[in-house]
Amino acid sequence: MNGFKQRYKMIFILLMMVSINAVAAGGSKLMHMEVDLSNETSLQRGAKTFVNYCLSCHSAAYMRYNRMGEDIGISDDVLKTNFMFGTDKVGDTMKIAMSASDAKIFFGVTPPDLSVIARSRGSDWLYSYFKTFYVDESRPFGVNNLTFKDVSMPHVLWKLQGIQRLTQSDHIDGAHHIPSYENLELITPGSQTEEEYDQTVRDLVNFLVYVGEPIKLKREKIGVWVMLYLFIFAIITYLLKKEYWRDVH
Amino acid sequence: MADIEKQIVKGLTGLRDWVDDRFPLMQNWNEHLAKYYAPKNFNFWYFFGALAILVLVIQILTGIWLTMNYKPSAEGAFASVEYIMRDVSWGWFIRYMHSTGASAFFVVIFLHMFRALLYGSYKKPRELLWLSGMAIYLVIMGEAFFGYLLPWGQMSYWGAKVIISLFGALPIIGPDLAEWIRGDFVISDVTLNRFFSLHVIAFPLLILGLVGVHILALHEVGSNNPDGVDIKKHKDADGIPLDGIPFHPYYTVKDIFGAVVFLIFFFAVVFFSPEMGGYFLEHANFTPADPFTTPAHIAPVWYFTPFYAILRAVPDKLGGVIAMGLAVNIFLLLPWLDRSPVKSIRYRGMNYKIALTAFVISFVTLGWLGMQGVTPLYTWMARFFSVVYFSFFFLMPFYTAFDNDKAVPDRVTDK
Amino acid sequence: MENSNVDKSRRRFLTAAATVVGGAGTVAGAIPFIATMAPSAKTKAVGAPVEVDISNLQPGERLIKEWQGKPVWILRRTKEMLEDIASQDADVRDPASDASAQPDYAKNEYRAREDEYLIVLGVCTHLGCSPKFVLKDGDNRPSEDWKGGFFCPCHGSRFDLAGRVFKGVPAPTNLVVPPYKFLSPSLLLIGDDSEAV
Repeated sequence: MNGFKQRYKMIFILLMMVSINAVAAGGSKLMHMEVDLSNETSLQRGAKTFVNYCLSCHSAAYMRYNRMGEDIGISDDVLKTNFMFGTDKVGDTMKIAMSASDAKIFFGVTPPDLSVIARSRGSDWLYSYFKTFYVDESRPFGVNNLTFKDVSMPHVLWKLQGIQRLTQSDHIDGAHHIPSYENLELITPGSQTEEEYDQTVRDLVNFLVYVGEPIKLKREKIGVWVMLYLFIFAIITYLLKKEYWRDVH
Repeated sequence: MADIEKQIVKGLTGLRDWVDDRFPLMQNWNEHLAKYYAPKNFNFWYFFGALAILVLVIQILTGIWLTMNYKPSAEGAFASVEYIMRDVSWGWFIRYMHSTGASAFFVVIFLHMFRALLYGSYKKPRELLWLSGMAIYLVIMGEAFFGYLLPWGQMSYWGAKVIISLFGALPIIGPDLAEWIRGDFVISDVTLNRFFSLHVIAFPLLILGLVGVHILALHEVGSNNPDGVDIKKHKDADGIPLDGIPFHPYYTVKDIFGAVVFLIFFFAVVFFSPEMGGYFLEHANFTPADPFTTPAHIAPVWYFTPFYAILRAVPDKLGGVIAMGLAVNIFLLLPWLDRSPVKSIRYRGMNYKIALTAFVISFVTLGWLGMQGVTPLYTWMARFFSVVYFSFFFLMPFYTAFDNDKAVPDRVTDK
Repeated sequence: MENSNVDKSRRRFLTAAATVVGGAGTVAGAIPFIATMAPSAKTKAVGAPVEVDISNLQPGERLIKEWQGKPVWILRRTKEMLEDIASQDADVRDPASDASAQPDYAKNEYRAREDEYLIVLGVCTHLGCSPKFVLKDGDNRPSEDWKGGFFCPCHGSRFDLAGRVFKGVPAPTNLVVPPYKFLSPSLLLIGDDSEAV
């Protein structure tokens, strides 16, 4: 009897695992980076890059400056002088002056709000995206992107990274060929070395992950205490159950 | 000290008696807890009924609190969810409990239903118990569907669009019906507003009422058990079943322990993996609803995917809708499809064991297929497993009637 | 089923332990639900201190500004008004503001940092209506010997030009003075009186 039950449970669990693995494996050729929200200086550098390069066209309309300051260790005064350009109220959210309709005329699409972009795209996608711009004269801004084909965004970090080009055309012998990340080559160096630029992108993605869910910094710490409590409570209730069930024969 | 204790006890007893003279307090306490005799051999699978009630309570409480800050309008819904996640203190906690609770509800309900399949809990005299449970299940599916539109993300929008379009497949009335459900030509603010109303008022009331019916029906016929034997056949001189124990305190302490273990898993998700890798909160739903851009890959939340896979397996719009509706509702017929005299799988023959195994495999595989993109291979797999899924039910009168059942013991076996 | 050798004390102890630990968990679990209902970050941001330019405020005039959703009155008092206030000490219920709500720097006869400027919340301390500003010779004076002040239309409470409540009216205490400070002689910050600027 029990053997059959056990087998049943095993089959159930195995099937669940197989299906989850299969989903996870599907279509991931993105570059990978480890997100590290505990690195406060990385988050601060990311915030700096974000307000300097992203926040002119993209908003983060659900993120408040003072919340960010509190979470990643930036004082209100530093916020006001180094991070806030459109407003002077630290309680404001990261809105932009450009209107959605103007932006649409300028870029063809409205630049999306970036508050939860890391939650919809994922950190690996963002990391790959920032590193795979290349020259493509056929595009309105002269660049294209291997991660986000025909993106309507200029490569705002090009001064830092430099300019990349594809080493092979996307047409080989008349057949369509999708280039891979290995086909990128730096032709004009930027103000940062490859390592420095990689760090800049990591910082920025780190920051975007934080912006996507600011409570993530604290959530897991609270969770540890909740788990600890529940384990203790589970032991007590188990002993209680055992004690009462001594009556049952 | 002892005197004070005596006084307190006396006072409380007096209060209880005062209430009892005016309200059937002790009568209900005894009927449903202290003198409700449940079989003493409940196993792991019998935790999930109590856990379903726990999840229901979690959903109602967190739902009430979410409603305090949520704005049911196309303009404000997405922003109000992010407002809850960021600006409202502890709002993230309440929201994650609610989103995790939705999935947990289906995990618990599926396991609860699987228990019924294992031990024949739907069989006579528990047909109404089974039907009331099925009614809860159907209402909860509706509740989950309405709730999923509320965050007003891309998945909310396009998921609702696809599901409502299913009604459009019905002959003659279809298109008008779909429009009537939406209240607009497309899914819009109007749809969101009415879904909100149904999600926070109508369906919760229905669920509460049905859960009451379910429990009353259970306590009328008594609980089944892993041996599937009737404990009421053997009673002692006082009319108490020999294999029964009072629900309180024995199963209350057991269920409390079960609840704590469940909460460990539940809060592990809430605190450490609220998105559950995109299964509980889908990535695309962090993009606000856009009526002009369909996400590259759309799939319903995991608990609907088995039925979604069946829908896609049928190469005909109306046929797919009928197959899907049938797949959901066919459980209603179980008490009459099963011809075996034996309830528990412990004493059934190989036929049922094989059939149930095949059914579970097909259900899980269909669930997985429902999340994948469409490829010819997957479509054929979905067709194959859909046939297995339905065979479990349609062939049941035959394979259960001629099964090699074993002798059922007179009394429950192990604890 | 009943067992004679049940360890009653162990059973009692475990029941008590489970009750206490479970109760503590329930209380802890209730905290987030209570905290959720407190003002959110957005509400706090909207209710942040407001700057008020008072360079154009003439003597005898009153300015109304919103802070945290409540009306804040800024009254620039004339010499005569200040004298009238001083003359009514015997008629008001709490002349020294002992029982009223105000920052320490406004706990004085004129209830202000600078005698000239009265800054109070325009919310009656009785039941929250907003009193009317009635001048000495105003048309709807509540009495003949009215020397100017605030009159609440809801239940007839009266306050003098320092927001002090008169005797014999329903309101129990003087009008509330919010925290404020002068950023410059003509720029007022309402809602924040911290020293560091």
